[in-house]
Amino acid sequence: MIDFFTEFPEISRSGLRDIKNAIDNAFRSFSRSYGESIEIFFDPLLWFLIWFEKLLVNTPWPIIMLIIASLCYLGSRNWKLPLASILTFTLIGYLGMWEDTMSTIALISVATLLCIIIGMPLGIWMARYDRVQKTLNPLLDVMQTIPIFVYLLPVLMLLGIGKVPGLIAICVYAMPPIIRLTNLGIRLVDKDILEAANAFGADTKQRLIEVQIPLALPNIFAGINQTIMMALAMVVIASMIGVRGLGIPVLQAIQNQYLALGLMNGLAIVALAIIFDRSLQRYGERLQKHNNGHKND
Amino acid sequence: MTDISIQNLYKVYGNNPKGMMKYLLKGITKKDLLEEHSHVLGLRNINLDIKSKKIHVIMGLSGSGKSTLIRHLNRIIEPTAGRVIVDGKNIIEISEDELREFRRYKASMVFQKFGLLPHRTVIQNVSYGLLIQGKNKIEANQRAQKWIDRVALTGFENNYPHQMSGGMQQRVGLARALATDAGILLMDEAFSSLDPLIRTNMQDMLLDLQKELNKTIVFITHDINEAIRIGVNISILRDGSIIQTGSPEDILLRPKDNYITDFIKDINRGRVIKISSIMKKTNIANGPKILFNKSIEEALPIIASTSDSCAAIVDDKGKTLGTVSLDSVIAAISNNRN
Repeated sequence: MIDFFTEFPEISRSGLRDIKNAIDNAFRSFSRSYGESIEIFFDPLLWFLIWFEKLLVNTPWPIIMLIIASLCYLGSRNWKLPLASILTFTLIGYLGMWEDTMSTIALISVATLLCIIIGMPLGIWMARYDRVQKTLNPLLDVMQTIPIFVYLLPVLMLLGIGKVPGLIAICVYAMPPIIRLTNLGIRLVDKDILEAANAFGADTKQRLIEVQIPLALPNIFAGINQTIMMALAMVVIASMIGVRGLGIPVLQAIQNQYLALGLMNGLAIVALAIIFDRSLQRYGERLQKHNNGHKND
Repeated sequence: MTDISIQNLYKVYGNNPKGMMKYLLKGITKKDLLEEHSHVLGLRNINLDIKSKKIHVIMGLSGSGKSTLIRHLNRIIEPTAGRVIVDGKNIIEISEDELREFRRYKASMVFQKFGLLPHRTVIQNVSYGLLIQGKNKIEANQRAQKWIDRVALTGFENNYPHQMSGGMQQRVGLARALATDAGILLMDEAFSSLDPLIRTNMQDMLLDLQKELNKTIVFITHDINEAIRIGVNISILRDGSIIQTGSPEDILLRPKDNYITDFIKDINRGRVIKISSIMKKTNIANGPKILFNKSIEEALPIIASTSDSCAAIVDDKGKTLGTVSLDSVIAAISNNRN
């Protein structure tokens, strides 16, 4: 009787083994029968990623620098950020990290794009129905807190090592902010303005496109920004399952204790993050300018 | 043309509003409904005919249900029971599509907090209703420009709402509502958040526009002075029920209860009450002739200057309608109800 309190009454070892085996076997047979078709389903994504990566790597570096600098200028409307980005990329290229950086930019761009394409509609859906919000919220919590390797495992079993599993891993981790902030942004739209749109006979689509999304845009942009930051944070982990980019040298550095190599590539990731973040933040601030002094800031 | 008829309209807030109808029909009070059944009474048995092409003011203090009532006229709020008949159609029963059409073409609205789109310029805001109707941008902008000129905002077309004062923002709101050419204009405390001076200017602008446009205007306010100034008819709402409907003079001369008497005690009666409404009807009268539509304030010095303190009220052709004595004028001004 005393045993009951000192030892937790747990399932028998064979029982536990049976449960684990059952789950493993079920997933393996699922993987065997559907793995290939799932892989084919993701093929277009793979082709797009490879095409984009090649495009960035093969374009002469001065052109890339020019494009990045002008994007920075468009975002910030300020000469400081483009200048800083040119300096940073010069340093990155000079230290031999150009190609890896291009691969990483390609990966992050495609991942962000994917997150926006899937995440924004989900956020809009969530904002419209309370029930959807109630269902999705815990799912988003799981996506953000579950140890990455745990969901990496089934993805690896299904798709093997490669770019697509890496991309999926990044998206699972980086998508929640864009979903959450789209939802929040739309829910925060001034009720009075929405009522006015209703009173003038706007239908659901007109309300969404002309009122809700534009007014939620500052929040949506904050979400996109977060998504990019979280995607960059996943670069090293993605490299563990065979995604090329700045993560690979960092991984090598960890395995072999190459301090300088790790530091340089790590800092290159940080530099990318800062450049992305600042340009997007300035852009987001400019979007809010029309709202100055209004309640819906 | 666009008469509005509200019939037996009830609005109850709570978990089971329809279930509360049986208590309401038995005459439960607002307080008992809240305490015994946890439901809030919004409107109780509203019956109101709003004449077309006139300004009808609905006046009440906060919590009286006036904003709830006006939102039933374009069904932004669904009633618990009752009918709202516009142009012979019960808009409570029409389909979603018909309702959208109704809001696009038949009734437009001006809001207390303006309800402008902050990310759009003045001209984009004014053309908003037209774009929703499906008009192309060029036509919408032309028509919007016309209304921007009418509300004296020419030159501010490309400003954003936050760059303008409250009065200017509300002129944008008014222009937006007028631009759709809807026959009904719903104004929900449209001028309440403006400074007194600007409020008077806006009232003048509205009266000016109305002379020419002849729209059916339903105007909500908590300000009795505003109600008397612009209303052709006034309904007074209290605790979700209409307690009196009539012309401004009706309300001033024949207030139905002490609640209304309290309201009107500070009104300058001499300026509102027409001399014809206090005259004694007769065909023969002595004294100077006063036109029937003069206010008491205008008539008083004329009557006071006569020797026998009497005057004749005549119509615009000079025919005698009645007679007025100084005593009766003083009685009307001094709020003598006895």
